[in-house]
Amino acid sequence: MLELRDVSFDVQDDKGEKEIIKHLDLQVEDGKFVVVTGPNGGGKSTMAKLIAGIESPSSGSILFNGEDITDKSITERARLGISFAFQQPVRFKGITVLDLLRIAAQKRLSVAEACAYLSEVGLCARDYVNREVNASLSGGELKRIEIATVLARGTKLAIFDEPEAGIDLWSFQSLIQVFERMRAATHGSILIISHQERILQIADEIIVLADGRVTKHGPREEILPGLLGTANAANACTMLDKEG
Amino acid sequence: MQMKPIDAIQKRLLEEIADLHSVPSGAYNIRANSELAGRNTTANIDIVSKTDKPGIDIHIKPGTKNESVHIPVVLSASGLKETVYNDFFVGEDCDVVIVAGCGISNCGSQDSEHDGVHRFFVGKNSKVKYVEKHYGEGDGSGKRILNPVTEVYMDEDSSVEMEMVQIKGVSSTVRTTKAELKAGASLVVRERLMTHGDQVAKSQYETFLNGENSSADVVSRSVAREKSYQEFNSRITGNAACKGHTECDAIIMDEARVLAIPQLEANNIDAALVHEAAIGKIAGEQIIKLMTLGLDQEQAEEQIINGFLK
Repeated sequence: MLELRDVSFDVQDDKGEKEIIKHLDLQVEDGKFVVVTGPNGGGKSTMAKLIAGIESPSSGSILFNGEDITDKSITERARLGISFAFQQPVRFKGITVLDLLRIAAQKRLSVAEACAYLSEVGLCARDYVNREVNASLSGGELKRIEIATVLARGTKLAIFDEPEAGIDLWSFQSLIQVFERMRAATHGSILIISHQERILQIADEIIVLADGRVTKHGPREEILPGLLGTANAANACTMLDKEG
Repeated sequence: MQMKPIDAIQKRLLEEIADLHSVPSGAYNIRANSELAGRNTTANIDIVSKTDKPGIDIHIKPGTKNESVHIPVVLSASGLKETVYNDFFVGEDCDVVIVAGCGISNCGSQDSEHDGVHRFFVGKNSKVKYVEKHYGEGDGSGKRILNPVTEVYMDEDSSVEMEMVQIKGVSSTVRTTKAELKAGASLVVRERLMTHGDQVAKSQYETFLNGENSSADVVSRSVAREKSYQEFNSRITGNAACKGHTECDAIIMDEARVLAIPQLEANNIDAALVHEAAIGKIAGEQIIKLMTLGLDQEQAEEQIINGFLK
């Protein structure tokens, strides 16, 4: 179980100190599929980074399976079983998709094993396994490889920061299926930051984060009806309108 | 012809520079501590010692396909200094692989230096893949110095692919490469370099695209660590309708310094020439990404560098 206790995060900007996360309390239980939504700038990505250890809270504590991980490094948290899929996947010159999956799995995956992960995210594996994770890959391809690395880790908690961001509509449609399958097969907890109605629809729980605070948190049946038709639960067509 | 057997150190050097674990198949010439340590010629490839200066002439008969020549050099004695001249005469319509390289093990206090001067005369329609690896080891105070000079003269529609690798242990290098291309010829150069300590490595490439539809792609990827210094100077001159591209991509670490000087000269309106150069430290987000996969910072840097230089 993941627990955030009274977590705050401040940054310094031109106007002085600014609170991004304000006294946040949150619990994500084992085996749950939790979707975090809310307006842009509400602190969702920051919260994900605080959990992964990329940012450190100004105050409060973070517990994972009962252990206080507030002062642990990114590496230590990863080794304890936290995975994080970046909103904007990182590119590497020279590192191939197979290399990255092997690093993620922490073992020398066979090509067949690596291909299985790629197939799960809808990539025709043979075309990709030896490609470099560089600028020659499209945003949608990178996003799926990013998700495949999280699958290859097979950890107790996986965090996905806006998997729909920066990809085209067609890639998005098949990405939804990836999460639907993950939902069906999951053994650990999944925390997804998303505005997409179709992702919200497969959640066990929905958290609405606005202005650095949890404004709503509850089972999907309770929270989703109030979000439908708002920007917090966009359907794919509004996404297309926005981008078109 | 007197040959000396190679010892264990020399054997390890051979493995590093030529991936040789035993006697290579095909033609070869092994030079160890300035003496001939092995040679084999084939029906199509002849190797002859020069009579006026140290070095060899390699003659590859027209039409030779799928054959290889290995000409490794190893130095395991401290204080050796030599300049060796090797000329490759590749006939028309050949398809061959040439593996050269130099390994120096210097545990003594005197400098060891090997300067190889390689000239390639590549016949029409011939295809050559040239692999050159440099490697140095030994903890003596003596420097390990390699100053290779490579000249490539390419006849019509020939193609040459050069892979130049220097990853470890060479104290000082000045690499000079010059290429002249006739019509339809194409040259690809891939240089990979890593320097550390107070090493100095300079690479100079001069490529002349003299014939119509000739093309060149000269790319260097390097990592400079600690207090080392690198200079990459690549100039492409387009004298005809041609295509040229040169690129330097360097990762800089610690207190290292890198100077990149890509240069283009177009002397023909149909010469299309491009250069790129980028120098920067390892992107923080790359390290963070690999840390989220469970690597510590050091392991993450290692993976990034290994991939970059692969």
